[in-house]
Amino acid sequence: MAPIAPPPHHILSVLVENKAGVLARVSSLFARRAYNIYSLAVAPTDDERYSRITIVVDVESAPLEQITKQLFKLVNVVKISELSPDESVVRELMLCTVRAEPGTRGQVIELVGVFEGRIVDVGHNDLTVELSGPPSKLDDFEDLMRAYGIVELQRTGRVALAKLEREVPRLRSLGRVG
Amino acid sequence: MCFPDQEPDRSHTAMKLNGGQALIKSLEMEGVEVMFGLPGGAILPVYDPIIDSPIRHILVRHEQGAGHMAEGYAHATGRPGVAMVTSGPAATNIVTPLCDAMLDSVPIVVITGQVPSAAIGTDAFQECDTIGITRSITKHNELVTSAQDIPRVVREAFHIATTGRPGPVLIDVPKDIVDPRNPRSAMEWYWPESVDLPGYKPTTQGHPRKIRDAAALIAESRRPVIYAGGGIVRSGASEALFELANLLGVHVVTTLMARGAFPDSHPLCLGMPGMHGNYTAVTSMQQADLLITLGARFDDRVTGKVSAFAPHAKIIHVDIDPAELGKVRRADVPIVGDVRLVIEELIKIVREQGGRDSQPDRHEWDAQIDAWRDRHPIAYEQGWDEGDKLKPQFCIDMLRQNTPDDTILCSGVGQHQMWSSQIWKFDRPNTWVNSGGLGTMGFAVPAAIGAKVGQPTKTVWAVDGDGCFQMTAQELVTASAERIPVKIAILNNAYLGMVRQWQELFYEERYSEVYLSPDLPDYKMWAEAMGCVGMRVEHPDEVVPAIEKANSIDDRPVVIDFRVDSEEKVYPMVPAGASNDDIILGPAQGPGGH
Ligand SMILES: Cc1ncc(C[n+]2csc(CCOP(=O)(O)OP(=O)(O)O)c2C)c(N)n1
Repeated sequence: MAPIAPPPHHILSVLVENKAGVLARVSSLFARRAYNIYSLAVAPTDDERYSRITIVVDVESAPLEQITKQLFKLVNVVKISELSPDESVVRELMLCTVRAEPGTRGQVIELVGVFEGRIVDVGHNDLTVELSGPPSKLDDFEDLMRAYGIVELQRTGRVALAKLEREVPRLRSLGRVG
Repeated sequence: MCFPDQEPDRSHTAMKLNGGQALIKSLEMEGVEVMFGLPGGAILPVYDPIIDSPIRHILVRHEQGAGHMAEGYAHATGRPGVAMVTSGPAATNIVTPLCDAMLDSVPIVVITGQVPSAAIGTDAFQECDTIGITRSITKHNELVTSAQDIPRVVREAFHIATTGRPGPVLIDVPKDIVDPRNPRSAMEWYWPESVDLPGYKPTTQGHPRKIRDAAALIAESRRPVIYAGGGIVRSGASEALFELANLLGVHVVTTLMARGAFPDSHPLCLGMPGMHGNYTAVTSMQQADLLITLGARFDDRVTGKVSAFAPHAKIIHVDIDPAELGKVRRADVPIVGDVRLVIEELIKIVREQGGRDSQPDRHEWDAQIDAWRDRHPIAYEQGWDEGDKLKPQFCIDMLRQNTPDDTILCSGVGQHQMWSSQIWKFDRPNTWVNSGGLGTMGFAVPAAIGAKVGQPTKTVWAVDGDGCFQMTAQELVTASAERIPVKIAILNNAYLGMVRQWQELFYEERYSEVYLSPDLPDYKMWAEAMGCVGMRVEHPDEVVPAIEKANSIDDRPVVIDFRVDSEEKVYPMVPAGASNDDIILGPAQGPGGH
């Protein structure tokens, strides 16, 4: 049996007006058209008039085009960019409480070190680790921790920014606004 | 210099109003002449200043009526319709018209009352999450949070409702910010000269290169058809379409929403395509090598089974809404823009290239179309022998022949709607008022009232089904009280006819729950009880005299109960989900088909 290919991830970066109810408009648009949101992160930007919503969806490209067009019809949506995973910096944050009894504690601490995580809370038999990075790194860490016993785990949605252009002088890239 | 307790006197520059006054004044600034509505506690402070306003308010009997009246007004005039109702149940009553206006791109502005700001979220009396409920069925909606915002929000609402792809906008107004007894309602009057909506910039000008590409495709096409949709009517593009079709010599189909956008009397007009479209309109689209799609959206009622729709055709698709391009069918030349402006540009290019002479010889195609037209006209048979039943199509035909040319025709939803669109000869835009996208039973009576209010000098007829009529007939009380002389023709077939037709064709004649007694209610008496003139017609001979009598009455509404044949079906028909090639012709429409 052929393995089922994982559905394609698309990262949409949506600049919206910072107004009440905008997130509800965006998320209900997905619900109304029966598209699944894989992850969602929202926060104000440096410009207080706008917020940025990073949405990860699992759809084929054709429906994605329809989704972005429908999204753009929302009066409060100002700009939509699709960030290709190869040309963007994608980050996620994880908090993970893992079993770390005296016998295994050393190993867990060592792995946290390898993944450049931080131990943010320590209990008698557990540790809470903070780890950020590309989603695949978090996946790997999660896999490894499963062997020790994950007590609780929480991941944020993804946030992403387009990679800077390499050819142009760095100063110009930095100087660009909006 | 200014002392702390001596505020500078700004009374000569700024007028102090309360939110309710500001709301009414804002509507006046928008040029609103009439609004439809029904008051209640939460919206009462906005009803109070209406007494001092030149705006005419029409008191409806059910909020659904207010919404459809606003739609009818917009359909008939091209200007936005306005409705105002209170919170909770009133807001939920107007949900259907909002959704209806959304699907048919009708510009309306609806104002709903809301419980005071402090009570929002407490499940207060008559609280309803109106914004939440209407979020996906409005083009935009907004909860106003401060009295000072009112003029801006109203200005934006009208701008959004009427520009780009038109649609419904809802403004939800908490009571405290309009109530003069509440300090939160105080505001300083201003009128925003412009709107500032950074995320809302509809593209109106089509891309010049794309328009050239379109002209090139047309110049290569041997079997083109213009597929005209409701966007033609909404953008006022009928004249431009007329010019384009004549210039190219290309036939035009007008969808249910576009009936009247191109005159039926014109030799290039093919009439309505789709599920109940005529054979020629359906088949010419199926056989076309090019569809020049103008303000139409490839609705499933037009395409039938999408994968089998117009299989050989290249597609030019012009729409102001970018989301329509490629939604159902990939376009070879997609053009985002106002359809009127795009057609005008296209005309210029075709002219430059030599006009009709630059077009290929399409004699064969034109002859083929003529042959189909001759062979399969829309037809019905009215017998005159004793026992012959009155045919609904005959009633519509006689209605058309005995009313002024610019009569506005409204309809409900069902068989009578399809017969109306098939048999009526439309010669002007904005004369066909109908619920296409949502298919809302109960639309006709209130929409006719709204249309008549907007076009008081025109004759307004509604053709309604007996089922539809019973949903909103009480608005005739509004019409009588307000002296709005609309005329209603009920095609009383004693059934939810369209449902019965499906049961007959697809459910082995198992007529479950579709029978309506033809005599209950007594429509004549009911009409009279509502202040209308009521008539009943049972024989073909009585049809024209009744219509003439109705036409002569202009001081009150008229209702004619036409007792028509229950067994009559709408043909042609493409069964839902089937290919348009599998069109079923009716007994009167000649051989061919299935
Ligand atoms: C509000 C609403 N409810 C149900 C329907 C489904 N429906 C479509 S046509 C129809 C029958 C309409 O009957 P009638 O008004 O008598 O018109 P006829 O088809 O007989 O001309 C029904 C029930 C609808 N379109 N709208």
